[in-house]
Amino acid sequence: MIIDYDVLVLGAGLAGMRAALEAKRRGASVGVISKVHPLRSHSGAAEGGINAALDPGDSWEIHAFDTIKGSDYLADQDAVEIMCREAPRDLIEMEHMGVVFFRGPDGKLGTRAFGGASKARTYFVADITGQALLNALYDTILKEGVKTHDEWFATALYVPDGTCRGAVAIDMLRGELHLLRAKAVILAAGGMGRVYEPSTNALICTGDGHALAYRAGAPLMDMEMVQYHPTTLKGTGFLMTEGARGEGAYLTNKDGERFMQRYAPKMMELASRDVVSRSETIELAEGRGVDGCVFLDLRHLGAELIHKKLPQIHEIALNFLGLDMVEVPIPIRPGMHYIMGGVKTDPDGATPLAGLYAAGECACVSVHGGNRLGANSLLDTLVFGRRAGAHSADYVKSVKPLTTGEEFLKSEQQRIQALLDRPYKGETHARLRLELGTLMDEKVGVYRDEAGLEDALAKVRAIRTRARSVSVQDKGRIYNQALLFALELDYMIDCAEATIMSAIERKESRGAQARSDYPKRDDANWLKHILVTQTPGADPKISYLPVTITKWQPMERTY
Amino acid sequence: MHVKMVVGRYAPDRKLDGELGAPYPPPYADKPRKTYQTFEIDLHDEAMVLDGLIHIREHVDESLVVRCSCRCAICGSCAMWINGHAKLACTTKMKDVIENGAVRVEAPPSMMPVRDLVWDMGPFMEKMRSVKPWLEGKPVSPDEEYRVPNEAMDELVQEVSCISCGACLMDCESYAVNDKFLGPHALARAYRYANDPRDSMQQERLKEYSDPNGVWDCTHCYECVHVCPKGVAPLEQILKIRQMSVAAGYTNNAGTRHALAFAESVRDSGRLNELTLMPKSLGLFNIKAQLQSLPSAFNLLRAGKLPPIIHHKIPGVTRVKAIFKKVGGPLT
Repeated sequence: MIIDYDVLVLGAGLAGMRAALEAKRRGASVGVISKVHPLRSHSGAAEGGINAALDPGDSWEIHAFDTIKGSDYLADQDAVEIMCREAPRDLIEMEHMGVVFFRGPDGKLGTRAFGGASKARTYFVADITGQALLNALYDTILKEGVKTHDEWFATALYVPDGTCRGAVAIDMLRGELHLLRAKAVILAAGGMGRVYEPSTNALICTGDGHALAYRAGAPLMDMEMVQYHPTTLKGTGFLMTEGARGEGAYLTNKDGERFMQRYAPKMMELASRDVVSRSETIELAEGRGVDGCVFLDLRHLGAELIHKKLPQIHEIALNFLGLDMVEVPIPIRPGMHYIMGGVKTDPDGATPLAGLYAAGECACVSVHGGNRLGANSLLDTLVFGRRAGAHSADYVKSVKPLTTGEEFLKSEQQRIQALLDRPYKGETHARLRLELGTLMDEKVGVYRDEAGLEDALAKVRAIRTRARSVSVQDKGRIYNQALLFALELDYMIDCAEATIMSAIERKESRGAQARSDYPKRDDANWLKHILVTQTPGADPKISYLPVTITKWQPMERTY
Repeated sequence: MHVKMVVGRYAPDRKLDGELGAPYPPPYADKPRKTYQTFEIDLHDEAMVLDGLIHIREHVDESLVVRCSCRCAICGSCAMWINGHAKLACTTKMKDVIENGAVRVEAPPSMMPVRDLVWDMGPFMEKMRSVKPWLEGKPVSPDEEYRVPNEAMDELVQEVSCISCGACLMDCESYAVNDKFLGPHALARAYRYANDPRDSMQQERLKEYSDPNGVWDCTHCYECVHVCPKGVAPLEQILKIRQMSVAAGYTNNAGTRHALAFAESVRDSGRLNELTLMPKSLGLFNIKAQLQSLPSAFNLLRAGKLPPIIHHKIPGVTRVKAIFKKVGGPLT
């Protein structure tokens, strides 16, 4: 079947739904596809809050400076300015959609402190801020009648004549492939956390948006910038929100020492995430951890605050470790959490490929540069989701409808059928996934070096070869998850390759890229973005773009 | 830990080996039956039920299909029946549910499966949509937030914690006999907006939620409170809507009449007059409904279950009246 829209949105988390809403309000016909029901999107797992300089004692300039310093000066400052200037209106808009934000005594929105921020500017709903935003936005798209195709999975972008004109997707519930033809496509497919094992990310975060764009010839930017969150739960790697430290929790080592005093004496536990994760890694390497973990100590905050403001992480630690954070410190370690890099876009969400937009975690505008500040990601999804929706709705007005695409749909159907018909040779997607993730965590984690990265690249390329013989043993048509996993594995391998190539290329330490063989930041040579573009029949191509500096010159970065 | 997992599987497009399950109740009676397959696996002692299912999917039978994503009770994907009760597989410890070395998991009979443990979310989500779960905001400046007390927001956080997993509807006793009942999930969401001080449609909402298949169709069985993995306690939210709608004067319905007749009888006689409860609930001038209830009355009579014709007061009923007076409310 072929379905026509003006704007097709891939992904129904915060960025996707916000983009769809904006495009619809501006008169475009909009279709959204999501590989899960929108309410299952990973935006819902964001816990701590959303940043905006709303308080009279704060300003967008201070927010922008914190963000740029946090990014280790790799963020494009024009884009950061836009995000921080527009943050209050997007926050207020979500409040008007019904988000039950925490209030101060005057009934106005109240804040909590967050890492890397010089003011308390994080607005929140307990420790379920992402879920509260996701629900309110979903409720609003119900109200405004935005069409969603739930549990549809995109297999390829449709790019005739160098312009993106839609995507082919599988309707999982019925097992059929369709072409969703459009005048513009917005990728809002989220992150690629599952490329790492363990990760705080949900199982659905497999870099689909990154890979779809990459395969269609759009460049991926700053892919080496992989954020390790300082507080992920021992074993399972679940997220323990930075909101805990925002509320005053301590990080301690096996001697009970608040070790951050040796690394970030001013900001302590609330230094930026890259700094805290490196500090923990050093503590562990020097033998001051217990079973590969340091501790998050909330005991002094008291039971009432924990139950009121941090109920979800309290429940998770209790469920999965049997530990009550009211009584005991919680063992945590740095864990892969977020990809700053993504599909290169301008501040309107437009990628270098005509007709293709991207927003949210799969995009790189870039506002996070080398290290994203906590609570800036929810903001990023809303501001740039809205802008991509608005710009694409204007763009499609001058685009003529298409009548082609049957052939492309047919070729995708044949490609998928060939995958289903592969004979079983013993290779499974589950095993390759685990190998890939473990490899990435080991060699492309908090600290990296040339030898480890080269080794990782060779191994990822070997995994790519082996992935070509992964067979799908499930031959059913309806809800064939094995097929989905096999397709996702290919996407993840693309993301891993781009990440490692960029990490090899950047011969300095900046933000989340900590090279033990190049331990210093090198502004003379590396104050620039690294882009990776897939080229048919050859290795991906590396190119560079200058960082946009407006008014904040790079300085030494201490917390 | 060695576990026998008995998995209720469903694959409409191919045949499965195993023990055939019971036919589906209407309206799904013509659908293929589930097939129960047993998988014997080894897991670590603290494993969750979901860990077991993922283990099967990754190492034993790749064709086993289960929705799951976050693995820690945030995304709401993996609600299913575990030993005949709705639970999230991701936070249910295997050792807590294992009976004689085995655990049984399946899509519940109240939800039509699509494939294996994946059930059709359509009716569930449609119920939610039908209560208009969105803010119809009161006028406010576009540049400013609404000024509301934190307590009013806090009161709603309990419902906002809902992850729409569907467990409450799966085990809802009213839904089991009336698939038009809006159900605990949708009504909890309804309360979240009906009691939002920023909403301008409270009256319309209360009126609508008091209609048939709304709040008065709940039988207070507490299953939804019991199975909810996030402490939303949908029944509590339903009871709050009832109180709000009675206070707002939306009393012309069987539910309110039933509640008032019940209370009146206790006030006036100290005990329940079952003979008058039914006619009063239906509405004394609702001749059609009164006639429709006659066959049931005859059946009761035949079975010797009809309540006594003469209704006696308890001794000291004046003290009951005094209690009513002290408590206050619509009957004083």
